[in-house]
Amino acid sequence: MIEIKNLTKIYTTPTQEILALDDVSLRVEKGEIFGIIGLSGAGKSTLIRCINMLEKPTRGSILVGDREITALDKEDLRTARQKIGMIFQHFNLLSSRTVFENVMFPLEIARVPTNQAQRRVNELLELVGLEDRADSYPAQLSGGQKQRVGIARALANEPLLLLSDEATSALDPQTTRSILELLKDINRQLNLTILLITHDMNVIKEVCDRVAVIDDSRIVEVGDVLDIFANPKIPTTRSFISAVMNREVPEELLYRARTETSPNTTKLIRISFIGASAGEPVISNMVRKFDIDANILYGNVDRVKDTPFGNLTLEMIGEPDLIIQAMEYLHGRGLEIEVLNDV
Amino acid sequence: MSDAISLVISGSWLSSFLGTNTWVVSSVAVATWETIYMVGIATLLSYVFGLPLGVVLVTTDRGHILENQAVNKILGGIVNAVRSIPFIIFLILIIPLTRIIVGTYIGTAASIVPLTLAAIPFVARLVETSFKEIEWGLIEAALSMGASPWQVICKVLLPEARPSVILGVAITTINLVGYSAMAGIVGGGGLGTLAYYHGYQRYEDVVMWPTVIVLIILVQGVQMLGDGLAARITDKRR
Repeated sequence: MIEIKNLTKIYTTPTQEILALDDVSLRVEKGEIFGIIGLSGAGKSTLIRCINMLEKPTRGSILVGDREITALDKEDLRTARQKIGMIFQHFNLLSSRTVFENVMFPLEIARVPTNQAQRRVNELLELVGLEDRADSYPAQLSGGQKQRVGIARALANEPLLLLSDEATSALDPQTTRSILELLKDINRQLNLTILLITHDMNVIKEVCDRVAVIDDSRIVEVGDVLDIFANPKIPTTRSFISAVMNREVPEELLYRARTETSPNTTKLIRISFIGASAGEPVISNMVRKFDIDANILYGNVDRVKDTPFGNLTLEMIGEPDLIIQAMEYLHGRGLEIEVLNDV
Repeated sequence: MSDAISLVISGSWLSSFLGTNTWVVSSVAVATWETIYMVGIATLLSYVFGLPLGVVLVTTDRGHILENQAVNKILGGIVNAVRSIPFIIFLILIIPLTRIIVGTYIGTAASIVPLTLAAIPFVARLVETSFKEIEWGLIEAALSMGASPWQVICKVLLPEARPSVILGVAITTINLVGYSAMAGIVGGGGLGTLAYYHGYQRYEDVVMWPTVIVLIILVQGVQMLGDGLAARITDKRR
């Protein structure tokens, strides 16, 4: 759906050049919810704004659908933009228009005949649950309602792609959840591709299929959200994950395991489990089967998008051979294992 | 406005003040109408030209939807130049032009020319300020939907800035009331001429005071009308 190739953006000010995006390449598939996470100033905002050319890239190309958006003239770009919806952190609704008229706005721009446009607006307001607020002005709405109007407006011209620029960053956690649910519903119902940027790993965890981590103008890690949560490769990613899901073993436990026990007879392991295996009694099966002791030190279970996901830190005590066999058994059950007290 | 005038006249202190000078009533009434006429037409015309000029000044600015540094700098320079000339001097300076347009430089119709020309750059800056108050995010949202610059101007800038532009109209009108009095001194007609010939040259307090009172009422009325219209729009949106 989107193919970004070697995208570079340099802002030139009279005194200096600022590299905002450094040779970024990325593919977003049709129908997926793709998240880009990064700290402020990392370049994520520039990246998403290049996709509808609100920012002109310095180098590189972007394909949206089958159109090379970076190569269009003004007229074609306007037509292409009508098929790329966008929602914003501060909603950007027109205060001079009612909810109904705000949703009507993109249809006016696309010169859709009035009758047809009005019908479409009613459908959209129903979709986002704001039929009864059609005649209200934005100032009379709550943040969550404003973003629903923003979403309805972005969907008006039946876009191929929805861009979400920190759409939940100005909302409280409960409202954020309801907006994210709405985005998930829309993605499922319309098979609409969604590209979102955020600094909040919760957003990624709740709705995204895949994620790219952007740090210092570069994409540093890309992958399925579950894989990234189970096995983050770089410190930036780990720190994002630890903000929403505690996977670190308390320091005292690690210290004790490392100093007071022999690494041969005691192994400290972290097991990550994803999906169905989270429901299986693998640990008790293992204990019965291999005649070792397993002491649970730490654990938690959560959900990533709609999949159960968790991790468990175990102290396994017993014959070295048996411990290794037990670990192989766990691995065989599809669990990700990491030994924490290897010397 | 005639209501306001008769109210002033029927006041008992005023009727004793006027005494036998009832001719003042008709002079003030005529002059008031001339002022309203001059200022009204000049305000209207200054917006016909000043509003588009303001739009051009905003949209050709750096990073805006019709960025054009050359146009922006040249127009901005002209606007500043006209605004830096005191009106009383500007009035005399453009007499030749006024003659070409109206055929004379004396009288109410002739005054409309300098009033309008002086107000255009003022209006342009007021409009520019009103448009700059609009959050850039709104313009960007419209662009992201594929809006053309013209659509951004008509569907975002103008409607969003409407309350602020209306207040600007009130300010412009009030300024023009003041300017029109200056025009009156060089024969422009209206309350200015009346105050100058009777009040200043002949020391007739009996003319001076009613003139001042009418001016105060005019200005108050315009400001209240502007405030009211602007509030009606913002209240609805609130």
